Amino acid sequence: MSDAPKTTDAPKTDAPKTDAPNTGESPKPIEITDPVEINVDGEQLTVQNGELLIDACERNGTYIPRFCYHPRMNPVGMCRMCLVEVDSGRGPALQPSCMIPVSADMSVDTTSDAVAKVQDGVLEFLLANHPLDCPVCDKGGECPLQDQTYAYGPGESRFVEEKRHYAKPISLSETVYMDRERCILCDRCTRFADEVAGDPLIHFINRGSSTEVNTFPDQPFSSYFSGNTVQICPVGALTAKPFRFKARPWDLTVKESTCTRCSVGCRITVESSRDEVLRYQGVDSDSVNWSWLCDKGRFGFEAYNSPQRLREPLVRDAEGELAPVRWSEALGLAADQIRRAIESRGPASVAVIGGARSTNEGAYAWAKLAKTVIGTDNCDAQLGDGLPAEAVLGLSGLTIDELCAPGGTVLWLGPDPLEELPVLQLRLRHAVINDGVRIVEVGSRVTGLRDLVAQRIAARPGETPGVLRQLFETAPASGDTGLATAAALLREAGDDLRVVVGRPNLAESEDVVLESISVLRSSVPGARFMTALGRANVRGAIEAGLAPGLAPGGVSLSNAAVSDAWSTVPAETGSGSAGILEAAAAGRIDVLVLLGADPISDFPDRSLARRALAATPTVISVAPLLDASAAEARIVLASAAFGEVDGTTTNLEGRVTAVTQKVNPPGTARPDWSIASELAVRIDPAVELGRSAAALAEEMWSLSDAYAELAERPESPSGPEGVLCSAGHALELPATPDVELPAPDSYSLRLVIARKLYDGGTLLAASDSSAGLADDAVALLNPADAAPLGVQNATRVKLTSANGNVTLPARADDSVQRGVVVVHHNLAGADARSLVAAGDTVCDVRAEVA
Amino acid sequence: MARLNADNVALAERIIARYPKPRSALIPLCHLAQEQDGWLSEEAMAHIAELIDCTPAQVLGTASFYEMFKLHPVGRYCVNVCTNISCQLLGGEELLEHAEETLGVRSGGTTEDGMFTLEDVECVAACTEAPAVQVNYRYFHRLDTEAFDELISALRAGELEDSVPPHGTLAKVRQELDGDRVANITAPQDQSKPVWIERAEAAARSGGDDS
Repeated sequence: MSDAPKTTDAPKTDAPKTDAPNTGESPKPIEITDPVEINVDGEQLTVQNGELLIDACERNGTYIPRFCYHPRMNPVGMCRMCLVEVDSGRGPALQPSCMIPVSADMSVDTTSDAVAKVQDGVLEFLLANHPLDCPVCDKGGECPLQDQTYAYGPGESRFVEEKRHYAKPISLSETVYMDRERCILCDRCTRFADEVAGDPLIHFINRGSSTEVNTFPDQPFSSYFSGNTVQICPVGALTAKPFRFKARPWDLTVKESTCTRCSVGCRITVESSRDEVLRYQGVDSDSVNWSWLCDKGRFGFEAYNSPQRLREPLVRDAEGELAPVRWSEALGLAADQIRRAIESRGPASVAVIGGARSTNEGAYAWAKLAKTVIGTDNCDAQLGDGLPAEAVLGLSGLTIDELCAPGGTVLWLGPDPLEELPVLQLRLRHAVINDGVRIVEVGSRVTGLRDLVAQRIAARPGETPGVLRQLFETAPASGDTGLATAAALLREAGDDLRVVVGRPNLAESEDVVLESISVLRSSVPGARFMTALGRANVRGAIEAGLAPGLAPGGVSLSNAAVSDAWSTVPAETGSGSAGILEAAAAGRIDVLVLLGADPISDFPDRSLARRALAATPTVISVAPLLDASAAEARIVLASAAFGEVDGTTTNLEGRVTAVTQKVNPPGTARPDWSIASELAVRIDPAVELGRSAAALAEEMWSLSDAYAELAERPESPSGPEGVLCSAGHALELPATPDVELPAPDSYSLRLVIARKLYDGGTLLAASDSSAGLADDAVALLNPADAAPLGVQNATRVKLTSANGNVTLPARADDSVQRGVVVVHHNLAGADARSLVAAGDTVCDVRAEVA
Repeated sequence: MARLNADNVALAERIIARYPKPRSALIPLCHLAQEQDGWLSEEAMAHIAELIDCTPAQVLGTASFYEMFKLHPVGRYCVNVCTNISCQLLGGEELLEHAEETLGVRSGGTTEDGMFTLEDVECVAACTEAPAVQVNYRYFHRLDTEAFDELISALRAGELEDSVPPHGTLAKVRQELDGDRVANITAPQDQSKPVWIERAEAAARSGGDDS
C-alpha cells in the first residue's frame, strides 16, 4: 500500500455509485458453485444462488449504502439504508438488500426514484437525533454516516427541534468510550459482542424511544475484543481511549502490516501522524483474522510510543550503572567481548537466546552472525516454553482455515486460545457455532473454549499422553462417560484429525507434549498438527536458523546444502535455552546475547535464569525496552520495534507476511538485522552480512525450496494473505524420552502455570491503557481441594515444592480440575516459577494456609 | 434488594424446565424477582442471568423495555393515574394534581413511608370509566378527588388487602402442570412429537375416544 494520505473524500452525488467507500469491509470471497442470473440496474450478472443481494451487488461493482450490515456478521436489517427495489416476479418492492438472498431471475434496481427517496428519508430520520458535531468528532472524515449523507442524503434537515442529549462520553470499558447521542442503533457493536466475541456485555437498554447501547451497571465491557466495536462503529459513537482526539483521519498515513503480538499474525494497518503511530485497524485477511483484532494487539502501539523506550545503547560504567554511549563504543565493546570469548574458550562460549520477537530478516541476520561468523550453535529462539524446533517445523502444517474447515474434528492439546491466541479463538468459535466443527479438549482446566468444546477430558499435568492412549488404544468402555464420547468423536474423525499442540503449562516439561505427539502419530498416522506457540515469530526465527542444530530453511546443520553464504557452519551441535542457561550458570558461557528475550521474566525456571545471567561476564541485550533481563545486562543495544522496521514475519501456520516500517525508531535505535551486520563486520572485517533487510530476505529465501515462491516474487508477502510456506520440512522429531511422573500423592497438587492475555509483560506495562488490566496473581483450586484446606475467598496459601515456595491469595474455582493448582504467569504478587526446576517433568506442590 | 431466595430459586428452576431453552424463562423470572422484592433489583437481574446462562446486560436489555418491570424501588402500592385523552377530558389531570397534593410527591415519586408510588400513565383501556386509576394494576373507576382520598385512606388502613396485593404480586394461584400435560419442551429445531399428540394418536389407534 502506498504511503499516500488515506482517501477521505466522501463519495459525491455525481460520482458513480460503484465507488465503494474505503471502509475495509468488502464481501468475503466466495466460490460460485450454484450460479444464477440476476439483473441489477439493467446489467445481467451471474452470482451465487442464495448469497446476500448486498454482497452480490458489491462484488459486481454496485455498492449499496449500508450501516448495520457487516460482511463478517449475520445481517439484521436494522438500519434500512440498503433498501433497493427487488422484483422477483410480483412487481418491484423495496427490500433490504442485506436480508435478501439472491434467486434466479431477480431484477434489482438500486438507483430508482423510490430507492433514492427512501435513502434520503432514512438519512433524514437518522440525522433527526444524530448531532452535527462532525468537526469535533473522531470519526469525522472516515464516517460512513457522514459520507453517505453527502452521497445519498437530503441537503438539509427539516428537523428544527432540540436533539436528545446524554452525558458524554461514558466509559464502556477501560478502553472504549461511548457517545450515546451519536449512536444510530445499527446493532453492529452489540452483535459483534454477542455473535463474534461471545461476550454479550453490551446490549440495547431502555428499548423504545430512548434506546441506548450500554452495559449492566458496574459490569464493564471487559472483552478482549472490545476494540473491534470501535472499528466497525459506522458513526463516532464508540471511540477508543488511545486514539481519542489524537488525530483527524485525513492526517493519518497508512501502511499495511502484520501484528506481531502473538503468532496468529493478524493483518493490520499501521496509521501514523507526525512520525508517531496512533492506531492500528484490522484488515480483512480471509485466511487469518477476518478483520478482527484483540485489544492487546490493537492498542499495542502504545508500548512503542512510550517514553520508556530505549533511545540509544547503554553500557555499564565503572559504577556499575547502565549509561548511554555511542553506538560505535557499544558495538566495539560487544565485538571485543565476543572476539575474546572465541579466542579464549572457543565459539561455543558465545550463545544467542531469542529472536522470536524479531522479523525473519532480523532473526536470519543473527543466525548467520552466530553460526557462520562466530561459529556457535548455541542459539535458541525459544525460552524453554516452546517445543523442539524439529517439532515446530517438522509436524505437517495445518492452516487456520484447515483447522476450522466445516465438519472437522479438532483435538485441542494447546494453550488457552483466548488468553494466548485470541483471534484464533474467534475463528474457532465461528467454526464450532456455524460450521459444525467439534472440539475435543484434553487439559487440566477449563479454557476459553469452555462452551465450544464437544467434550472436555480432564487430565492433570503429565497425564495427557495416558489419556490419549486410553482414547485411541484401549477402546474406553461405552457408556455415557466423557471418555467414551470423546473416543467416539475421534473415531468418527478417523484419519482426518486436526490436532493443536502447544505448551499449556510452563510447569510441565515439553517431553510430555512430545510423548502426546508420538502417541497420536502412531494411533492416527494421518493426523495433521498445528503448533500453537505464543511468541509472534517463533516459527520464522527457527526457520531462519535460530535453533540448535538447524540451518535456515529448516534443514539440519549436518546435511545443510551449504551455499556460499553458509560456507562454514559450527562443527558441534549446540544447546537450547535450558542448556545454554545451565552452561552459563556453570560459568561456561562468556557472552550471552539476548535478542529481544527476557529469560528472567519468561524462562520457566526463574532461579536458573537469574543464576545464568549473574554468572555470565558479558550479557548483551538487544531490546526496545529495558526489561528485567536487560536491566542486568552489561551492554544494552536499543533496537527498533514494530512499525519501525521493514521485513517479514511468519505466523503459526507458516504464513509469511510483510511487516512494514511506518515511523522512525526513537533516538538512534536500529533494526536487529543492522545491529547484527555492524557486529559482524567488527568481529571479522572481511564479513558482509547483508546490506538491507530485503537483501537478507532474498538470501534466506534462496536457501531452501520451501521458499520458492518467496524467492521468485519477494514482494508477495505484502498481500493480505501473505505466502503460505507450510510445506513440511523433512525433520525427524526428537526421540521421545520416557516420561516418568512422580508417584501419585494425595497431599500434593500438581502445578499449572498458564498465561493470561494481560500480564506484567514489559510491553504491556509500558502501554497506558493496558497497564492496569493485569490481575494480581491468585492460586486457583478446585472447590473440593480448597474446602479441606479451609480456603475462603482470598485466603493466603503457601505453595511449597522441592525447589521453593510462594505465598499468594487462593480462590476456589470450579474451572480447575481436582488435584491441580493453577497460577498465572507474570502477574503481580507471586511468581510461581520459583517452584519450578528446569528438567522436571511436572511440578508437585503442597498447599497450606499461610 | 437481593438475589432470589431459596424457595424462589427452586421455583425458578421449575419455570426454566418448562422451556426448551433456559433463556426463554427470562421474563417469568423477572416477574418472580419483582414479586419477591416489589421491584427488580440489579442483584436479582444478575442472579437471573446466572440461572439462565446469559449476561446481566442481556437481562437488563429485556427488563428495561417493559414499563411494568420497576428497576428502582417503588411503594407497596403503585398508583397510576390515567391522563390520556378520555380521562383528561373528564378531569384526569386535575385528579393527578390532587393526588400529588394528597400524597405529597410528584408524579414518579414514592412517599416517604414507602406506601405509595404515584405515576401518570397513558391509556389504561378504561375510557368508558374515566377518569380511571390503577393501584397495582387493579382498576378504580370514575374517581373524583374525594373518592381518591377515600381510596388512599382505605389502602393505608389495609382495608383492601384482599383485592389489592402488594406491588409485584403475580397471582394467588400458581399453575403447575403435570409432565404429561406439558406441550413440547424441546428446542424448535428438534421436531419430536409432544406427549399429548402421542397420547391422542395412541388413543386413536386403540379405537377408543378418550381424548
